[in-house]
Amino acid sequence: MIEFRGVTKRFPDGTVAVDALDLTVADGCVTVFVGPSGCGKTTSLRMINRMIEPTGGTILIDGADIMAGDAARMRRGIGYVMQQAGLLPHRSILDNIATVPMLLGWSKARARARAAELMEIVGLAPETARRYPNQLSGGQQQRVGVARALAADPPILLMDEPFSAVDPVVRESLQDELLRLQAELGKTIVFVTHDIDEAVKLGDKVAVFRQGGHLAQYDEPGHLLARPADDFVDGFVGRDRGYRGLGFRSHRLPLGELTTTSLGSPAVGNGAWTLVVDDASRPQGWCARRDGADGTAVTAEHLVPGGTLYDVTSGSLRSALDAALSSPSGQGVAVAGAGRVVGSVSADDVLAALASARAEEAAA
Amino acid sequence: MNAIVEWFTDPANWTGPDGVPTRLGEHLFYTLLALSIAALIAIPIGLWIGHTGRGGFAVVSLANSLRALPTFGVLVLLANSFGIGLAPPIVALVVLAIPPVLAGTYAGVQAVDRAIVDAARGMGMGEREILTRVELPNGLPLIIGGLRSATLQIIATATIAAYVALGGLGRYIIDGLSVRDFAEMAAGSILLALLAIVTDLVLAGLQRALVSPGLRPAQASRPRPRRLRAVA
Ligand SMILES: Nc1ncnc2c1ncn2[C@@H]1O[C@H](COP(=O)(O)OP(=O)(O)OP(=O)(O)O)[C@@H](O)[C@H]1O
Ligand SMILES: [Mg+2]
Repeated sequence: MIEFRGVTKRFPDGTVAVDALDLTVADGCVTVFVGPSGCGKTTSLRMINRMIEPTGGTILIDGADIMAGDAARMRRGIGYVMQQAGLLPHRSILDNIATVPMLLGWSKARARARAAELMEIVGLAPETARRYPNQLSGGQQQRVGVARALAADPPILLMDEPFSAVDPVVRESLQDELLRLQAELGKTIVFVTHDIDEAVKLGDKVAVFRQGGHLAQYDEPGHLLARPADDFVDGFVGRDRGYRGLGFRSHRLPLGELTTTSLGSPAVGNGAWTLVVDDASRPQGWCARRDGADGTAVTAEHLVPGGTLYDVTSGSLRSALDAALSSPSGQGVAVAGAGRVVGSVSADDVLAALASARAEEAAA
Repeated sequence: MNAIVEWFTDPANWTGPDGVPTRLGEHLFYTLLALSIAALIAIPIGLWIGHTGRGGFAVVSLANSLRALPTFGVLVLLANSFGIGLAPPIVALVVLAIPPVLAGTYAGVQAVDRAIVDAARGMGMGEREILTRVELPNGLPLIIGGLRSATLQIIATATIAAYVALGGLGRYIIDGLSVRDFAEMAAGSILLALLAIVTDLVLAGLQRALVSPGLRPAQASRPRPRRLRAVA
């Protein structure tokens, strides 16, 4: 547990970057610091590992004041990932990842073995081990940065805009990867970003900072989107928050019937569209009625690509609504298990479910 | 021209205390001695001021004012006060070599990206580890660059040792001058130039061997597919 108790940072030039911050970061969770540029996120983060020393208040990690003891030694027990990965250019990728274990006095062989293990965990090809940082893409460098921070298996991980310098596609895959890793490792992660989408995607809890290092709201992402504390948070959380907020609501949805056929068989049913599935009943695409109405077999040329899929195990209303809206037939395809089609959802069903979810919440 | 060739082919010039191997050895000895002393003084100071950023201006100004000292003047002054011997020319050469080594080391450490140093500190490196494991290896190209230019200056200037009755390749030039043997003077100069070229090549090789491949431009250091060698 990381506790900020009345923490203030006033820089020598008089700038107050963080002002009397009170905040508790729970163990095993991802806590995101988000807010506009210059609001004190980096300063707050770097005070945790004493890269910046507070000028007032105390920070406790598991009840112990961080200012007691040696700074370098305590930093070895906290993983730190920076925006530009900050890799050591003169060391190979493997040795970069082995840095902290080596500082902790592990043998070279053991440190390197651990580094190789981490390369696999973060999805780096083994042949990159002997390369140097300037021979990797930005996305790969960030993976190395994450691997390096995890090398000595620290319970706490500090991440300062680690994915902001890569393109949106790579960023999304790095975010997914982080969530997958976190599900396995259960670290206490403090993650800084100025991207509210990233914040609500990754955070178990999100701290919204406003200018001057004040905490505007500290809440679960679903609550943040549903009930912004004030106009500042509302403005920061953004325009699509109603839609994005659906991602944090799950509710049982009634599944509709869906007529399906397979390639080589005629289109069946009365609707204008028929869903084409493969042998394992995974969706292949849609077939319009006029193409198969005369009983001729459906071929690959008839297929119209489907929309997004709604995974019933996630139960997210946002993905259900998106499946319905993006489907050419207006029927969202609901899948379960190994992508097997189990039924359909419509936008009306989603809105009805939303209404009943709200009613239940109001009653509770 | 012929006279120079004759000088080089005369076996008498290749043996004895005035032979080429001896003089070359002496010259190398002065060079290495002066370079080592200069490096022992200038590299630690350069590393320290580069790392702390403190006193940089004062030290660099001092080093630059050393550059303005005429080496020959220093030699005469020292020889007058301390008499003839190895010390005056070596001290003069050390004074000559300190500025380039100091400037190279200081610049090398200063030029290391502060974000990298910050990352190293954030991982839990202490100041000493940052200096020796991050700033030194990353500053190495400029540090060795400073050593190379110091070496060239020392080799060229070590001829002055001959003025205070010591050996080295300067002997050929000074002795040749005194008896107007221009072939001998020319031979001395040619040997000096060759020594400078070979030494610089050796240092360039050393630089290649010591500097991490990660600090070369990315293209050049990409591992090349190994060529099949014909079985002889
Ligand atoms: N070393 C420093 N000296 C003086 N002021 C500083 C220093 N570092 C940061 N600041 C100021 O403190 C405030 C907070 O900075 P901080 O880096 O924590 O912002 P941030 O929220 O991380 O912003 P960004 O999203 O742009 O990274 C800013 O006004 C900044 O100018
Ligand atoms: Mg920042």
